[in-house]
Amino acid sequence: MRNAFCAAMVAVAERPEVVFLTGDLGFMALEPLRDALGRRFINAGVAEQNMVGVAAGLARAGWRPWAYSIAPFIYARPYEQLRNDVAMHALPVTLVGNGGGYGYGVMGATHHALEDYGAVLALGGIRVLVPAFDSDVAGAVASILGQARPAYLRLGLDGAPKDFERPPFAPWRRLVAGEAATILVCGPLAGGLLGAIRDLPRERRPSLWLVSELPYGELPEAFLADVAATPHLVVVEEHVATGGVGERLARDLLLRGVAPRRFTHRHALGYPSGRYGSQAFHRRECGLDPAAILAALG
Amino acid sequence: MRLAGTTMHTSLSPHDLARARLRLLQMHFEAGVGHIGGNLSALDLLMVVHHELMRPGDAFVLSKGHSAGALYVTLWTLGRLDDEALKTFHRDDTLLAAHPPPAGLADVLFATGSLGHGLPLSCGLALSRKLRGEAGRVWCLMSDGEWNEGSNWEALIFARQQGLANLTAIVDLNGLQGFGTTAEVADLRPLATKLRDFGWEVEEVDGHDAAAVAAAGRREGAAPRAILATTTKGRGVSFMQDRMEWHYLPLTADLYEQAVREVRAASDVPSAMAG
Repeated sequence: MRNAFCAAMVAVAERPEVVFLTGDLGFMALEPLRDALGRRFINAGVAEQNMVGVAAGLARAGWRPWAYSIAPFIYARPYEQLRNDVAMHALPVTLVGNGGGYGYGVMGATHHALEDYGAVLALGGIRVLVPAFDSDVAGAVASILGQARPAYLRLGLDGAPKDFERPPFAPWRRLVAGEAATILVCGPLAGGLLGAIRDLPRERRPSLWLVSELPYGELPEAFLADVAATPHLVVVEEHVATGGVGERLARDLLLRGVAPRRFTHRHALGYPSGRYGSQAFHRRECGLDPAAILAALG
Repeated sequence: MRLAGTTMHTSLSPHDLARARLRLLQMHFEAGVGHIGGNLSALDLLMVVHHELMRPGDAFVLSKGHSAGALYVTLWTLGRLDDEALKTFHRDDTLLAAHPPPAGLADVLFATGSLGHGLPLSCGLALSRKLRGEAGRVWCLMSDGEWNEGSNWEALIFARQQGLANLTAIVDLNGLQGFGTTAEVADLRPLATKLRDFGWEVEEVDGHDAAAVAAAGRREGAAPRAILATTTKGRGVSFMQDRMEWHYLPLTADLYEQAVREVRAASDVPSAMAG
């Protein structure tokens, strides 16, 4: 998704208010953006607290700053700058975290972001965008620029089958209709699930919903209809349970008086075995791989 | 209650500085709150920056947010806040909290209070002016204790690397921090050497010599600048000077009267000084 992000940013580089800061990352990826932005592309060095403070200062002066790093480095290291300098002032700074969830795989635990959007959402007033497909990224960038508010963009790896016709970016999308269950997924996990379920017969196939913006606002009526019509609601996210989509959805359904007959929440569990590996390895350890999720449908 | 108006630039006299000092004491006494020592040390610097140095297009960031009281009084001397506003200091339903608010005061660009935020924010404001080719300068008032914070050292590197010659940090070197002297807690002496090694231009001045601070501030160079201003915490009030407890304590009526007498005597301000 990093290349798609670079292309999306190059496409908006002519907007004079766009300025881009990187925490010394982007080698072999962001060079086209550097060339497109010229002086408005700034390598701020390995210093994320300063970078986010600088971004807030730029935003206060009317710019639309983007600050980029590996996901944990862009939200956790400068968390107080995000809280005090950006969120408290509602400044339109966008943090871009590459490799959300277990995206950095065997790079290890320090490079994973398992609690990023929950921590960011807790501050209030920050939009979180989680594209699922490469084709989502341009739409997410446009959506961010369309509102003068703080935002966090969580990038991952598009895992959908190559022949899948990806729908245009939207906060809520139903990717597949089915009767066996309702699955709500956040982020690129949708791609692998899609490949596993799309050819199932309708009675064995779940409805697959994708949420790509948090907080997600009003629950769509069509989603609530699927929840009512199917025997099992499953929430899947590459994020810890605390502060995640599953917690939020359970609360919202309770507030509406909606009780799914059965509710399953599949989420990041940290490092159950104490061993490290690829993103796929960590997903399997947490029961986030498509086979485990299909098995959970029962 | 006036919260914003037209900025007036006036020349500062010792009388002006004493008048501000008395208003600061009165505001803290009426509110029954502490943090007065660090406000007294910073007041002269704030007065010089706002009356002598800032020009249209400039920006100011109070990184030592615990000196918000001195900032509010400085804005009062400029006619940007009135007595009615100052009376709300520290009270319920006020905009004038002990640390600057994120919104509601046109002269306050950023809520500060957690240390180590002002210099990166100022770098952003300075970078903005540089990218746009604008002439304005950015002024950031910092404490000495906040040099314990790593984010400031990140900002030093960044400002130098980006050539932010339009940025001036003024450091209120009052020598005291939260639970000890700066020498006892984290001895950074000589700070000037360290900042120069980071590529900054550094001047050292007496922070209560308004003319010296103003002269140092007017000078411009080819690199980001730091004015290291040696000050006295609790300046002008004998029982407060260099006493750590006045980082925290409120004034009793007797001590307030004594403080007022001392400031008046030292500056020859008539007792009819009014807001």
